[in-house]
Parts: sequence; structure tokens; C-alpha cells
Amino acid sequence: METSTQNDWLLEMNDVSKSFPGVKALDRVNLKVRPHSVHALMGENGAGKSTLLKCLFGIYEKDEGSIYFQGQPVEFESSKEALDHGVSMVHQELNQVLQSSVMDNVWLGRYPKKNGFIDHKAMYDETKQIFEELDIDVDPKDKVADLSVSKRQMVEIAKAFSYNAKIVIMDEPTSSLSEKEVRHLFTIIRKLKDRGCGIVYISHKMDEIFAVCDDITILRDGQWVTTRPLEGLDMDQIISLMVGRELTQRFPPRDNEPKEVILEVSNLTAKNQPSIQDVSFDLRKGEVLGIAGLVGARRTDVVETIFGIRDKSSGSITLHGKKLSNKDAYEAIHNGFSLVTEERRATGIYSTLDITFNSLIANIEKYKGKSGLLSSKSMGDDTQWVIDSMKVKTPGHKTRIGSLSGGNQQKVVIGRWLLTQPEILMLDEPTRGIDVGAKFEIYQLILDLAKKDKGIIMISSEMPELLGVTDRIMVMSNGRVAGIVNTKDTTQHEILELAAKYL
Amino acid sequence: MSNASSLTAGKQFNVLRLIKEGGIYAVLLILLAVIIIQEPSFVSLRNISNILTQSSVRIIIALGVASLIVTQGTDLSAGRQVGLAAVISATLLQALENVNKVFPEIGPMPIPAVILIVCAIGAIIGMVNGIVVAYLKVTPFIATMGSMIIVYGLNSLYYDYVGASPVAGFAPQFSEFTQGFIRLGDFRLSYITFYAAIATVFSWILWNKTVFGKNIFAIGGNPEAAKVSGVNVPLTLLKVYALSGIFYAFAGLLEAGRIGSATNNLGFLYELDAIAACVVGGVSFAGGVGSIMGVVTGVLIFTIINYGMTYIGINPYWQFIIKGGIIIFAVALDSMKYADKK
Repeated sequence: METSTQNDWLLEMNDVSKSFPGVKALDRVNLKVRPHSVHALMGENGAGKSTLLKCLFGIYEKDEGSIYFQGQPVEFESSKEALDHGVSMVHQELNQVLQSSVMDNVWLGRYPKKNGFIDHKAMYDETKQIFEELDIDVDPKDKVADLSVSKRQMVEIAKAFSYNAKIVIMDEPTSSLSEKEVRHLFTIIRKLKDRGCGIVYISHKMDEIFAVCDDITILRDGQWVTTRPLEGLDMDQIISLMVGRELTQRFPPRDNEPKEVILEVSNLTAKNQPSIQDVSFDLRKGEVLGIAGLVGARRTDVVETIFGIRDKSSGSITLHGKKLSNKDAYEAIHNGFSLVTEERRATGIYSTLDITFNSLIANIEKYKGKSGLLSSKSMGDDTQWVIDSMKVKTPGHKTRIGSLSGGNQQKVVIGRWLLTQPEILMLDEPTRGIDVGAKFEIYQLILDLAKKDKGIIMISSEMPELLGVTDRIMVMSNGRVAGIVNTKDTTQHEILELAAKYL
Repeated sequence: MSNASSLTAGKQFNVLRLIKEGGIYAVLLILLAVIIIQEPSFVSLRNISNILTQSSVRIIIALGVASLIVTQGTDLSAGRQVGLAAVISATLLQALENVNKVFPEIGPMPIPAVILIVCAIGAIIGMVNGIVVAYLKVTPFIATMGSMIIVYGLNSLYYDYVGASPVAGFAPQFSEFTQGFIRLGDFRLSYITFYAAIATVFSWILWNKTVFGKNIFAIGGNPEAAKVSGVNVPLTLLKVYALSGIFYAFAGLLEAGRIGSATNNLGFLYELDAIAACVVGGVSFAGGVGSIMGVVTGVLIFTIINYGMTYIGINPYWQFIIKGGIIIFAVALDSMKYADKK
């Protein structure tokens, strides 16, 4: 590939550098995308992937370097200008107007017009046509708020498709898709590829990278590591290129020992259906119980109902032989439960507030001194404890959590819940959007907690993770428990079969 | 997922949903029933035409504020902008034979010219609000609170300059323009009701048929999404504020003519009535939600309640309590509609 001439590239970013006060976020980074190809852009969080793309879209001004698009030098001033040239992006955080219709969202920023007014008919017809072409089963007139997250994601992809884009950048596009939908997405990606598009595919999921990508560019700590065809690389090589060291194992050794049963959940049914029905399981001291299932299997509802943020209609929760009602989160926390939620940005972190606040907020009553005021000393100590024991990389206590990487944010959130001294720690997709290195640390944390006799429930969509970290796996299917299996005796195949049991 | 579950849950409790969807209309009907039982003569063409007339200026102001609320904004300066336009229009439209005429050397200007002048001033004030909100990133509440006070100061300076006494004695064509009506038997259709209807149709087209309108809703629904889709968010905001200023200015001119005089205190707290009408009519402060019919209905509800309660002689202090209760009730219903029940 080194011998290719410039014209062979659809998009070429050469030696792009960008500094922020005190940090060199990008140091002479390259990204070269061929037409008719899917290009994986990989790197740990904080490696500079988003900074690089922000430079492309003109959200950041690059300090040096050049960008060529179809052989022409370009300097996009805004995402609109990039879109007009045929460079579009499917965002990881869905950027949609929930209150508006699907077609309003698809055409936002470039409504078809007739005599100066919006041509609703053309809008509808064209949306319908695109959806048919891509086999997306959504009515263009539906309100986005009424769609499932995965359908919203599909709409977002259809939107990028509809721009007739030459370059489509997909940032973690499968984070909320089921396996079937992922296959659907791949079909769409292949269509784009056939059209001559170059797709930049950002994902932490290795199996997807191998399933769909042709080339790969790896970044590490703001530096360009390599750009090469994917062929000939294996997962371990990619990981070691990303982390810059040999990662001999993706999972820490499992040396926790499940002891006696501490938590019994029986016949738990949520009030507002569709949701979970008749869920029963138990959890042992020192055990990691995984919850598997397809999107829509209501895995999250299980932990939400236990934690009291979802109303239950029947069933019981028994901890140490004592029946608990857990009618709201406050009560659940005082009964020794904690929940690390799935949507870290929406319900996990207080993005504009500092590490101290984010570490202590669930436990804040403990810091009240005799005067009724909060004690700075013990608050400072506990914040430091979170930073040390979770190995949070942060400049200080007063740093805004929003400025940390996803992995570090997640560690603070887990630390926050450990401060409440929970007996039962529930984690909903704890490694979503987190890079490989940080994932390993989080697995290690989970196993360490199990060794300290906590009971841990972990929801995950990543099968290897469930197989690598848990002791048992409860498989949910359509709101019901399809089965509970011992991790060491099960296979991915068995789990998938169970997940489809009640469909 | 939680959305889907709340939807189906809603289907299971149809009665509850009915209350949520139609609760505010039920309250209105009950109040109307009480008024009519107390005073059956309330149902008359005369009263209906009065209610329409009294609603007209308020509708125009409310339409101005509504667009801002849809963008997650608000406008506390609306009432003071109405007042400024009223005083300026009044001074430019006094009758020639008026001995207290503030500008005796010039005759009454043509009404279209005055409309243009006050609307231009309104657009400028709105634009300043827009710049402060969109480019200086001041929250709309604070930005327009500041301009509310500034506009009152400017208006008072001008009012002092022109003699510090109520400006009245308008040219007959101005009185005709704002107080005239078409008589259809007992029913009087005021000209200003026409103007309100025009403003309503204009706003409806703007909201539903233009890119500008769609962008307003996109910005209100999700500013980030609007931005990445290539909507010029600050410029759109600036335009919305400028347009609102034009609505207030036109309303101010009409209000001066309708009342027959203007002082610097005209328009005081009109913004609160307008905002209340919007929220009762279903325009959400969370942004991205609202309809023109809702705004008009909201204004009519308040006028009917005002007019009706006065008609049957309810103590005005009680009227305050009832109106406040209605505002909170309406918005509570609205929040329940959108609440994400788990």
C-alpha cells in the first residue's frame, strides 16, 4: 500500500497534529481510506480517534497536517460543509430530535422544498424509498421517541446513507443493536461499499472488525501506529498494537469462590408491562452472575426492578433471609444494593461536576459531621480512595469527570457505589464504550470484589466477556428467564439458543 | 424500552390517559358550565365577539413567545416590548386637531409606515435578545430579564421626553384600524381579530411548512442534533427572537389603538399571560413540542375564564387563585403525559 499514489485514496489525512493546553492530543496522525472499503479506526479511548474526526469535521482546528478528499485539499469549517461534500457521520451518541418524526430527522438541515415551502410528500416518498432499499421497517411518519433504540440507530444510518455520502464514519454503530440487527447493518455497510463509499468503522468489538473491515488504522496515545490491510492480523496482534504491549490474556484469572446464597429473587414481575415476568434466581456470596440476552430481552429491567427504580407488581427479594421491598432506590441503597447503570452519560455521571462530587454523591450522608455540615477531610480521603483503588487516571480531585475517558468515568462510578459498602453490586453493561486496557482493569475490579464476598450481577451484550468473567449466566428471553447455566459448562451456542427461547 | 412500556401501559389505563390528554379542556368546560349556570345570559353573540376581540392582541403576543419556548427559550421582555411599541405608535398616530399632540409639527403618519417603524424597532430589540442568547450564550431567562428592564428604561425615557402623560387622541383612521368591526347582526367581528387570524395563519405556515419552522423544532428538541445536521443554530435563534420582537411590536401598536391611549406602563406583565397561555396550550418548556392551535386555545381559555369570571362577578382576587391553579394543573398534566414511567 505504501506504493499507492495519492489519487487512490478517497480520503487522506496526513500528519495531522492537534494540541490542547498541556496535552498533545494528536501527533502527526494519518488516516487513508480507499474507495470500496471498510476501514477500521482503532485505538483505546483517549488514543485520539474522536479528536482526529473532529479535526476532519472542522469542530477542532488542526494545528498542522493536510486533508485531501478525492484528491482535492479540503478544510471543512463545519459538519454541514463536510456533509455537503459527502462526508457524513453516524454518531455514537444518537443525535436525534426525539419529539419530531422520523422523516423530519432524516431531512433535517436539507428539507426538500417546493415553492419555498417544505415538500412533505417528497420527504415521505424519498424516506420510504431509502428505508425500502435498506430493508428498514420504520414508518417515516413515526415519532422518533416511539422507536426502540436500535430502530433509531437504523434511522440514523439511513440518514447517513441518504446523503449520498462518499465517506461514512460510524462511531460504535452497534452499541445498541442485537446480533440480527448487526447483520442487517453489515448488509447496509456492504451496499455502501458496493457504491464506492469508504466507510470508517470505529468499534471496540473485535469480531465485528474482522467480519466487516478491509483495512485498519491503529492509533495509540495520540500517535499513528499503523495503517494496513486487516488480512494477516489477528486479534491479539491488534490488541498489542493498540495497547503497545503484549496482552497475553483478555480476562484476569478467575479465582473467586462462590459461597452460600445471600440473595434470593423469586417470581419477580414488573408492574408496567411489557417487562420482566416471573424472574427467579439466587446469588451467592462471592459470585459473579451474568445476565445475557438479546436487545429487548429486558435484562436491564431485572436490575432496575431489584433496585426499586421500576415498579414491581409481584415477587419477592430476599437478602440474608430477610424480605425486602426496595420500593425506591434510596431504600435499595440502604439495604445494601447498588447499581451501575447502562447509560453512563445519562444516568451515571454528573458530567459538568468534579471527581469529588461524582465519587461521593451516592454516599453523601456519611460525610455529615456533628455540626450537620459535610466534612472536607473525610470527603477528600474517600475521593482519594476511589482514585487509588480504582486506578482512575485524573489530574486531581477537582477535575470535571466529563473530561476523562469513558473507562476512567466508569471506574469513578463503580468507586462511587463501592463507597456505599454494598452487599450486592449490579453492573449494567459495565464495559460499554470502554477500551481494551480499561476493560481488563474493570474485570479485575469485579473479580476482586467477588473475592471480598460481594455478590455481583453483571449484564453484558458481549458474550466473551460473560464467558470470561462470570460464574453463572442467567439468560433472559423476552422478559422471562430462559435458563441459568454454569459458565464453565456452557457454550456461546447454548446461550444464544436460550436467548431465542421465548421469541 | 421504557418508552415502549409506558405507551402500552397508557393503553391499559385509558381513563387515566383521557384525563391527561383532555384534562385541561374538562376544567374549561366545568368552569364554563359554572359560569353559564350562574348567568345563562353569558352565552350570547355579543359576549363571544367580546372574547374574540379581547383575545386578539394576546394571541399575537403569545404566538411571538411560543416560537421561543419551542426553542427551549422564553421571553420576559415581551410585555415591555409591547409597551414600547404602543407608546411609539401612539405618538406617531395622534390626530392633527389634538391640542396635546406631542409632535404638532408633523401630521399623523400613514399607518403602514408606523407599522414598519415599530416592527423594525421590535426586530432590532429581538435581535439583541437573540445575539445575547445565541452568541453570548446567556440563558434566555436572564437575557430577556435584562432586556425587559432596559426596554422599560428606554420607553420611560421616551415617554418623559414626549411629556410624561398618557398619549391619546388618535387619528380617526388609526382608531378605525384598531377598534373597527364588521357588524353581522349581534355579532361584531373586530378588525383586530382579523389581524390575529392573519398572524395565526402566518405562524402556522411558518411552523409547519417552512425549513425555518422545522429548524426551530429541531433546535428545541435536540440542539446538538440540529447542529450536526447542519442547522445554523445561533442564526436561527437570532431570527426567532427578531421575529418575536416583530410580533410584540405589532401587538403593541394594536393595543395602543384598542385602548385608545398609551403610557410607559402599558404591557406590564403581558409576557406572563402569554407564557401561561402557551404552556396551558401544550407548548413545552422542555422544547421541541407545541402547536399553533394549542397556543390559540391557551389564549382563548384564559380570556374566557377572565371574562366569564368577571361576568358572574367573582372577586378578582379569587380569579388570580383560580388562574394560577389552572396553569399549574395544565402543566402537571402535560408533564405526566411525557413522564417516563417505569
